[in-house]
Amino acid sequence: MTAMDAQTIIAKRIAQELRTGMLVNLGIGIPTLVANHLPPGVNVYFQSENGLIGTGPVPEPGMAQARLTDAGGKAVSALPGACTFDSAMSFGLIRGGHVAMTVLGGLQVDQQGLLANWMIPGKMVPGMGGAMDLVTGAKRVVVAMQHSAKGKSKVVQRCNLPLTSVRPVDLVVTELAVIAFPGGRATLMETAPGVSVQQVIEATEAELVVPSSVPSMQL
Amino acid sequence: MQTISLAKAVELIPDGASLMLGGFMGVGTPELVVDELVRQRKRDLTVIANDTAFPGVGIGKLVDARLVKKAIVSHIGTNPETQRQMIAGELQVDLVPQGTLIERIRAGGFGLGGILTPTGVGTVVAEGKRTIEVEGKAFLLEIALKADFALVQAFLADTTGNLAYALTARNFNPVIAMAGGTVIVEAEHIVPTGVIAPDHVMTPATLVDYLIANA
Repeated sequence: MTAMDAQTIIAKRIAQELRTGMLVNLGIGIPTLVANHLPPGVNVYFQSENGLIGTGPVPEPGMAQARLTDAGGKAVSALPGACTFDSAMSFGLIRGGHVAMTVLGGLQVDQQGLLANWMIPGKMVPGMGGAMDLVTGAKRVVVAMQHSAKGKSKVVQRCNLPLTSVRPVDLVVTELAVIAFPGGRATLMETAPGVSVQQVIEATEAELVVPSSVPSMQL
Repeated sequence: MQTISLAKAVELIPDGASLMLGGFMGVGTPELVVDELVRQRKRDLTVIANDTAFPGVGIGKLVDARLVKKAIVSHIGTNPETQRQMIAGELQVDLVPQGTLIERIRAGGFGLGGILTPTGVGTVVAEGKRTIEVEGKAFLLEIALKADFALVQAFLADTTGNLAYALTARNFNPVIAMAGGTVIVEAEHIVPTGVIAPDHVMTPATLVDYLIANA
């Protein structure tokens, strides 16, 4: 499976979680791709935490506005009905539970659903940006990540990287599986097309609860 | 509010000053003020801002010129030079969750001692801080932040000093305008008083100490 295929599976599956009217915050990387796979008829508001609700696609060539950017500093457009605000308001929306769903990348998720996604001590210290607030405050937290990195499972028994929050995430979607955490235990909800339950278990360090019937993702 | 030249405004800032700067990845950063800080070689600065942007952009220019002693920011991932100086021990970086950073600044400007936030509870961010339980829920006590100067970028300033911001260039700007001891404003457009309707003023003129005059 190529990396691009994996990203598309993840983004398409997560896009199915979106419902009309939701305020949604997408992180950078795979989460950004979710916007490209909105199911027909579903209209959501995307928030950019630098101060925008109603983030639209990358502008046509020559139509970029230097003061209209996403949280990565890249030019975006604003959809009809968009609004802008300062950073205190933006994080009030996030921490205050007004964001229905956030989709973030992950370095590790453990079997209780705890996420580590902001630093690798001694190697990568980019800063947490808005990730800690998003995981703490969004109503629903979805992690978009590849199942493994360098042959090692990213769904682990216990995170050894610094945690982003002590609030567990709600859903993890990888190119192999959908995992949720009912009762605080990692539970295999779906497998990717052509992937067996056994393959997921073998690729996963965490102890997975496997229900008697595990459906395949409908992509 | 007084009008002032760019050079004179930056002459007000001593070496070692603490500065709050608007901007998110360089968008909404007072770029002329930054260039003048570099030209006048203001050193040992403490910078409080969302991020250090990119090398050669916004606050990144202060880092490139090695004028920053300490940065209190939420993110340095887009600036490898900040990371290099941090790892080399030349630049102290305090990483603060973005929502906590802006609320600490807001608290500073709004006369509060600090804020209670659930963000960071139980993580490395909580180390050395008080965790306070309120109605059964844990919060971190995060103390207020102020600075000697707030360096604000506005889209419009009227000749009274009222400010309005544009699109995502607003970000930290109206909040730091409350928390800086001296507030210096660089505006893209200086317009006659009245052009910004009262309901559309985002920062009242009484907060502005200096408005940089057109060159």
